[in-house]
Amino acid sequence: MNPPFNKPLLDIHELKVVYLTARGPVKAVDGVSLSIRPGEIVGLAGESGSGKSTIAHAILRVLHPPALITGGQAFFNDRDILEMSEQELEHFRWKNISIVFQSAMNALNPVMRVRDQLLDIMLQHGFTKAAANERAVQLFNLVGIEPKRLDAYPHQLSGGMRQRAVIAIALALDPPLMILDEPTTALDVVVQKDILQQIAVLREKLGFSILFITHDLSLLVEFSMSIAIMYAGEIVERAMARELFDNPLHPYTVGLMNSFPSISGKLQKLSGIPGSPPDLLSPPTGCRFHPRCPKVMPVCAQLAPVEQLISKDHQVACHLYGGRS
Amino acid sequence: MTGIANQNQDILEVRGMTKYFQIGPFFKTKLVHAVEDASFTVKQGQVLALVGESGSGKTTTIRLIARLIPVTRGDIYFESVDILNAEPGRASLVYRNKVQLIFQDPFSSLNAVHTIEHHLSRPLILHKKVTNRWELHERVCTLLERVDLNPAEDIASRYPHQLSGGQRQRVAIARSLAVEPKLILADEPISMLDVSIRMGILNLIEKLKTEQGISFVYITHDLASARYIGDQIIVMYAGHMVEGGDSEVILSQAVHPYTRLLLSAVPDPGAGLATQKNLGARGEVPSLIDPPPGCPFVARCPLVQTDCRRSMPERSEISPGHWVRCHHYADKE
Repeated sequence: MNPPFNKPLLDIHELKVVYLTARGPVKAVDGVSLSIRPGEIVGLAGESGSGKSTIAHAILRVLHPPALITGGQAFFNDRDILEMSEQELEHFRWKNISIVFQSAMNALNPVMRVRDQLLDIMLQHGFTKAAANERAVQLFNLVGIEPKRLDAYPHQLSGGMRQRAVIAIALALDPPLMILDEPTTALDVVVQKDILQQIAVLREKLGFSILFITHDLSLLVEFSMSIAIMYAGEIVERAMARELFDNPLHPYTVGLMNSFPSISGKLQKLSGIPGSPPDLLSPPTGCRFHPRCPKVMPVCAQLAPVEQLISKDHQVACHLYGGRS
Repeated sequence: MTGIANQNQDILEVRGMTKYFQIGPFFKTKLVHAVEDASFTVKQGQVLALVGESGSGKTTTIRLIARLIPVTRGDIYFESVDILNAEPGRASLVYRNKVQLIFQDPFSSLNAVHTIEHHLSRPLILHKKVTNRWELHERVCTLLERVDLNPAEDIASRYPHQLSGGQRQRVAIARSLAVEPKLILADEPISMLDVSIRMGILNLIEKLKTEQGISFVYITHDLASARYIGDQIIVMYAGHMVEGGDSEVILSQAVHPYTRLLLSAVPDPGAGLATQKNLGARGEVPSLIDPPPGCPFVARCPLVQTDCRRSMPERSEISPGHWVRCHHYADKE
């Protein structure tokens, strides 16, 4: 297991992504900075529409118009991904960063055998056919599917097996960073647990980093080392997983924690968060959370808070903790 | 038979309800055993949570109760009336007046080209709950206020696309409330919603239960939310109801290996993922097409014994109200 110190593997700096819509530009990601060190599992949590998947797609440069990256840098081993040409990207993608999407059924081509889809990526990156076939068997063993299922079509596999096959494809080139974009949301809890355990084991064995994107905070606390909470295109709080769970500071994080009933302990009334996530066409002024915030102050509607370092590795963007623009 | 309803009176009783779906070509039809021998009761003013993975037969169960699809075998007693014999064929307006459904997806359960007012007016007119149009409008606004949608006048004139997911689900609940039902069947009402607004919907269900004595059958795959609003929990696996009882009992003293597997799979931030031992059960949910006799969980069960492959065990009672269908506990009877 690689220790999660030293220089960041991926360093996202002030990333901005805008969706151009008929009603005006939507700032889906507005100045997000995030870094992932080798061997680290970073969790990114937020509701739908908070911009977490957009970040993943921006890093891989798979965003297409009407989405536009309007600013920022994303350094991967000192090279800015956002500056790369299409040719460079072809070599870069999958070899360095791979992604597992939420719906394996949509990620796999229904009319191709799983084997061909696995080989496709390897042949593209210079494997010989024999070597690629050998690797395919190895990968299926790694993710816990019998290699004889390589010749199955996606519809012949169960949901969990399909997702494992997608993970095998993501591992094909042994990338140092894997992005998991809600990898288990469409699966049942038992399968979800199984697959995440498998990924955790693989990560210990192979030492890759993980950017884990989900809306399920309790899953994140269990699975990742550090967590960043996103709201309406901005990161509002970040900390080590345990610290965030034991000591959430931002009212949104507290509200999120309050949205998951527990299966153990005393049953207590949970309130969730009143209101709905904002329309990003015209986001609220100042702090974007202020219309829903139970601790709103006059300053919140006027000034956007900046991230403050509260303690080691714990940052929060909230006026309650003295953030001034 | 619709006497004065008080607490602890059974409003719905299901006995041996079974549903097979036919599939395949005419001479080679196969049967999908979607729900097998389901028996349970729902008490007045209580929430029964049906928990299970996708494909376990939860949705089929409530569609049978709502009488959207015909029952293959078994009886449904609603307010002590044998409803399948009293009303063969289609369910009567009276029955539909008392039993209502809420669907999982509030984005597709409302019609995009009609206003909210139209959606709420339909049941009121159909079930003759109002006599004139001023009363109608007033009732629509009252309904919206009952589900905490304010200002009601403004919401009523909007179209579904102008509302958020949580608001739409509240409209769907208001629509089911329009006919003053006794029982509401809620099919995963929060799973499509943003996490921060889910609790609001669950608390609304809780409020309707305690303040108006409406009973609910709440379907979910999430044991935590089942515990949160369920008075009773029944766990389903591959069409069978395998364990049931008071929700706190199920959460703390579950005995069926499948229930325990489910419980161990729920993320619990209190304990780390890597530190936890393996679940002890692998494999997949069996096919429901012409299944072999015996317990459906045999392929994954760590406690499997020879009886398990021969027959599905009967219910055995572990403690009052807590039952399980597992051969391992059959001898404790």
